[in-house]
Amino acid sequence: MIDALDQLFAYQFMQNAFLAGTTAAVLAGIVGYFVVLRGEAFAGHTLAIVGFPGAAGAILFGLPQLLGLAVLCTASGLGIGVLGRGAVRDRHAESAAIGTIQAFMLGLGFLFVSLYKGLLEGVYSILFGTFLGVTSAQVLLLLAIAVVALAALALIGRPLLYLSVDEPAAAAAGVPVRVLSIGFLVVLGLAIASTALITGALLVFALLVMPAAAANQLVARPGLAMLVSVGLGLIIVWSGLTISYFSDLPIGFLVTGIGFVIYAIARMARQLRGA
Amino acid sequence: MDVMFAHEFMRNALLASTGIALAAGVAGYFLVLRGQVFAADALSHVAFTGGVAALAFGVNEFFGLLVATVLAAVLLNSLSVASRAGDVEIGVFFALILGLGVLFISIYVSGHSTSNSTGGAGVLFGSVFGISAGQARTAVFVSIGAVVCLLVIARPLLFASVDSAAAAAQGIRVGVLGGAFLLVVAVVASEAVQVTGALLILGLMATPAAVARNLTTRPYAGMALSAGIALVATWSGLTLSYLVPTLPPSFAMMAVLFGLYLISTGILAMQKERS
Repeated sequence: MIDALDQLFAYQFMQNAFLAGTTAAVLAGIVGYFVVLRGEAFAGHTLAIVGFPGAAGAILFGLPQLLGLAVLCTASGLGIGVLGRGAVRDRHAESAAIGTIQAFMLGLGFLFVSLYKGLLEGVYSILFGTFLGVTSAQVLLLLAIAVVALAALALIGRPLLYLSVDEPAAAAAGVPVRVLSIGFLVVLGLAIASTALITGALLVFALLVMPAAAANQLVARPGLAMLVSVGLGLIIVWSGLTISYFSDLPIGFLVTGIGFVIYAIARMARQLRGA
Repeated sequence: MDVMFAHEFMRNALLASTGIALAAGVAGYFLVLRGQVFAADALSHVAFTGGVAALAFGVNEFFGLLVATVLAAVLLNSLSVASRAGDVEIGVFFALILGLGVLFISIYVSGHSTSNSTGGAGVLFGSVFGISAGQARTAVFVSIGAVVCLLVIARPLLFASVDSAAAAAQGIRVGVLGGAFLLVVAVVASEAVQVTGALLILGLMATPAAVARNLTTRPYAGMALSAGIALVATWSGLTLSYLVPTLPPSFAMMAVLFGLYLISTGILAMQKERS
């Protein structure tokens, strides 16, 4: 056991991967709780897809990958927040527009990757995650992003919770609905950028939605649910990294697979308790 | 131009894209009308996993795609009838499916020499210039079949899409019709993977329809326009990519589609201002 742990942390890249994974799991676990509560899973999906050209573009132009992710994800969070609440809401036109933007963004990411010579490695690690090659500089940047995002969330947390549970009542009580909603989407962009570094752009739900959805099945109190969500996220990312290190299984498959099993167990536990 | 058509790969690509664009344009029109863009998004994720599973286990690729998308269509249809699954459930399901796709990619890559591992990227982003004459013929036949099916059910499907309750009262079997429609979408999607790749199917289906709906409200005109726009986008995408080889064909198609979408949104806004 001790030998195995020694082996696991013998290399710098594995230490970095654990630090990055832990940071991402904490941030995504808390932000994910609000995502599930507010039913904004599709906004999360869209922001994550936008992260793909962000990361690919950054690599192509020789910038830090995490920076590209963070800039594009927060910018589109802002964009969705500002544009998303137009005067007239036509849901069908809106979903067609989101589909159009998603497809274009994925295409753009593919263009960047193919302009950059390392075609295959690039596509797979950006889309489906990797634990190799997380640098110490990236870990520091990630920590800084997480601190900023969590501080912002701590600031808006209480009114946001109120707003998410009962929007009309919150608005009547003078909570600034629009500013908070947009602010949350920006924080969501930061959380997705951080998560995408480990899980890949297409699999951020493994840390963003799965732990929070499972926590939501188990406990009702918001503060406790956030804690449980973070705990489950840590289990997912730590066991995923460990198994991936000792076997040949890809990290993207492991985190989503473990996340799904945890979610399924939580659902069953709730149903058993209800019966 | 003569030079372009002199290449057999180009003729195959154009032939296959023509059929698939027509089918995707018509099917997409109904998808947007029925508010099922996200169902198509789900199908495209499943198509990716089905495609790489077929590669990993050495089954015919189209067969793997078809089985996966048809199964997903049946599942989606029964889910939406039984209980409207929420964002979070769909998101968890998406992530799991994509995670499985990553597992199949790693099985495929480790089973082959690295020289042959471009197959996975083809499934993700299309390999239209690699279509053989036989595949192009199959694509045309399948697409013609899909368009004929859609035209046969077009009248009742339009009715059911616009006002499901009234259609049911008139004796139209709305559930069966919706299921049949999703099956056709599944078949079209699994053919479209060759042209756009699994991740960009949504662009070829949703965007032409979104453009058409910006320009006309008449259903049959919209359907024809949607098919025409899909055709224009695939042809000009292929030509662009032929003239500028650094542009991947699927990106070029998405770029043309996105441009057309922006223009049509502008036209719609101007019309609204004038009236």
